[in-house]
Amino acid sequence: MREVAVIGVGMNKWGELWEKSLRHVFTEAAILALDDAGIDKIDSLIVGCMSSGLFIGQEHLSSLLADYLGQVPVPAARVESACASGGLALRMGFIEVASGMSDVVLVGGVEKMTDVNGHEATFALGTAADQEYECYHGITFPGLYALIARAHMEKYGTTREQLAMVAVKNHDNGSLNPLAQYPFKVSVEAVLNSVMVADPLRILDCSPITDGAAALILCPVETARKLKKPVVRITASGMATDTIALSSRREITWIESTYQAAKRAYAMAGKKPEDIDVIEVHDCFTIAEICVMEALGLVEKGKGGKAVEDGLTSLHGKIPINTSGGLKAKGHPVGATGVAQAIEIVKQLREEAGPRQVKGARVGLTQNMGGSGGSSIVHIFERS
Amino acid sequence: MPTPSRYWREIPQRYRLEAAKCKNCGYVAFPPRLVCPRCQSRAFETIILSDAGKIVTYTIIRVPPQPFSDQAPYAVGIVELDDGVRLTGQIVDCAFEELQIGKRVKIEFRKVSEEGEAGVIYYGYKFVPA
Amino acid sequence: MEGIIGYGASIPRNRIKVEEIAKVWGADAPSYKKGLLVEEKSVPSPDQDTITMSVEASKSALKRAGINPKEIGAVYIGSESHPYAVKPSGTVLAEAIGATPEVHTADLEFACKAGTEGMFIAFGLVKAGLIKYGLAVGADTSQGAPGDALEYTAAAGAAAYLFGREKVVAEVLETYSYTTDTPDFWRREYQYYPQHGGRFTGDPAYFKHITGAARGIMEKSGLKPADFQYIIFHQPNGKFPFRAGEILGFAKKQIEPGWLVNKLGNTYSGSSPLGLTATLDISKPGDLVLIVSYGSGAGSDAFILKVTDRINEVRELAPKTRELLDKNRNYLEYGTYAKFRHKIRKAE
Repeated sequence: MREVAVIGVGMNKWGELWEKSLRHVFTEAAILALDDAGIDKIDSLIVGCMSSGLFIGQEHLSSLLADYLGQVPVPAARVESACASGGLALRMGFIEVASGMSDVVLVGGVEKMTDVNGHEATFALGTAADQEYECYHGITFPGLYALIARAHMEKYGTTREQLAMVAVKNHDNGSLNPLAQYPFKVSVEAVLNSVMVADPLRILDCSPITDGAAALILCPVETARKLKKPVVRITASGMATDTIALSSRREITWIESTYQAAKRAYAMAGKKPEDIDVIEVHDCFTIAEICVMEALGLVEKGKGGKAVEDGLTSLHGKIPINTSGGLKAKGHPVGATGVAQAIEIVKQLREEAGPRQVKGARVGLTQNMGGSGGSSIVHIFERS
Repeated sequence: MPTPSRYWREIPQRYRLEAAKCKNCGYVAFPPRLVCPRCQSRAFETIILSDAGKIVTYTIIRVPPQPFSDQAPYAVGIVELDDGVRLTGQIVDCAFEELQIGKRVKIEFRKVSEEGEAGVIYYGYKFVPA
Repeated sequence: MEGIIGYGASIPRNRIKVEEIAKVWGADAPSYKKGLLVEEKSVPSPDQDTITMSVEASKSALKRAGINPKEIGAVYIGSESHPYAVKPSGTVLAEAIGATPEVHTADLEFACKAGTEGMFIAFGLVKAGLIKYGLAVGADTSQGAPGDALEYTAAAGAAAYLFGREKVVAEVLETYSYTTDTPDFWRREYQYYPQHGGRFTGDPAYFKHITGAARGIMEKSGLKPADFQYIIFHQPNGKFPFRAGEILGFAKKQIEPGWLVNKLGNTYSGSSPLGLTATLDISKPGDLVLIVSYGSGAGSDAFILKVTDRINEVRELAPKTRELLDKNRNYLEYGTYAKFRHKIRKAE
């Protein structure tokens, strides 16, 4: 396998982008990545998108997006693993470069979510759960994570306030990220008094509906070394699956797919949890960040809530998590999320993260998750 | 409107809790599967799940998907039946403040949703206090 | 010996009081309560209908009978609120209890006597030896037009009966039907609410058919009112069954055990069948029970039952009717009731 580096990153401001279509949003991010890498041609395109079919009635994104980026006839693929589609695109791009099949691969992620009303968006997101045995009974995604939250609170004594502190921390970070959809701070009181969505989760525990895209350019490390920028290598890609139905899992509060994906990634990179300087995790809901911290081995099982309360994961804490603002503040255009997580880590390792820079960050990790934990993808990045 | 085939083929599970028990290791799959996730065996026998259990976790859906808008707010939980199998379903006929983890519930046959006013009515299991 | 081998009831937990309805329409609640002898009625939840209540009642009947559902040869649901105008309710029930595919199924309709119609047919098939077991359910989620007198009583509930010839709980000694064409209450195709003939629903309709059937079956069997421990009449309101009893020479105490209407309302096809489940819950071996249904249009079915020793073995195997009536009640305000009963017009 060849070593793989990230030589370009691209992302525009996320939000409700009423004027822009999916192809427009994607192409803008891809152009920024091409410019960042200083190239205008790629060998292959891989794009992660969860549900353009349901959100805008458009499939066949591979060719559409290659065409609008002026790259036909390059080979292109659209990959899907629910909310982990972006992470999966990165993994596929990594494999393609590492294998020697392609030299320069553009990895993108995109979702255009605001062209449907709230009910239709809820339905589209629900397709990441078991349609016949979960959604059939009226469960929603906030509902599934609420089931996890209630069980976590019961089992480990995690408090409602600790959940709120995840949102507060991520909004604190997001307030420093001009590309975030909601770059403002929130207080614990504001979270606790926000509208109830699925008890015990309130609207400020949930990531928003977002339009957005993100793109990366990958190439072999030798090529990257010829450029003037700091070289950020992808030193591990781990992925694991689990049942998509939450009820079929042995432990409702434990995200086994993240544990398994991380185990593989740590082994591949030869790293341990304590070696990681900065982390982006899939905080689609506040409880998710707490469960993921535990599954990544950053804290003991059941201690995630306490760690957040103690400030372990804040920007200047021991293990800064979601310096970008996370899905919570930055936004969650589903297919783009996994790619944007990598962008934040690359910026941190290049020391381009501005006011949210983690000093001396050399090793970063991303964790992207599909559904209620039916798939997880972990990548480890290192600056040479 | 979807054809009724999708609903119809799940009727044995939704109406009478038919599950598949692995003949090799005893794993119970609900819904039934073709391959045992525990031992990879492909030999199963049909069994009927027990009709009572306890709440493992629950939530109250305040923002529902469209077909459930008339029912909101409503409780959904994961229930562990007495034979150990866990199901997701609505918990009804129970005041929200009386919901709690560990509470005994039993299965009842209820209307789950419907395909608009003119379409097929979707029935299935829900949980009620035992 | 042929007769009932299992029985079960289903009653929704929601209730609405007469006062709550009267308040909305500016009506005088005390006079309604006195006139109808009804205090409150059951209301189905949005997820309950004739089919779901039929399944629950039938599951209880099966528990009491302890038979293999595959041996049920016929499944009938009598109702005037079948959820589908075209597509049977009975197939859902048959599938849910595991009686398919070797089973005869039909939905029946005859206003409030559709339930006993099913009992009549299921019993007849068992007696004729055509089937081993037959299941009959009377169930309704009755609709009364907003503001109409029927709104104070139109309720929801179901009762299910399994018939067979072994392990009989109540032997059917006699049957009798009394039918004429009498348009006292009806609902036309595509109409949402039923209409009725006001006071015409009394003497020429309810009383004529109830008394006609009761007298007919007693004459046929050679029994007189005093021979019966219990008597159940259809209960469109609280007063009618007592008045019918007076006309026929039955005492109040024979009627009261199966008289549920004051707290339940009129469950239409479920009305007299639920009166019978409540009665069987308290009856003793050897008791003679007379049940007379009434369905507008009009007709009455009558059965004479003799309770056997087995009643003591099956009674506790499923919830009792009075327990269902009293347990876990949830009182609704009119607004919630109107939402539950789809009386509020919403945007498409």
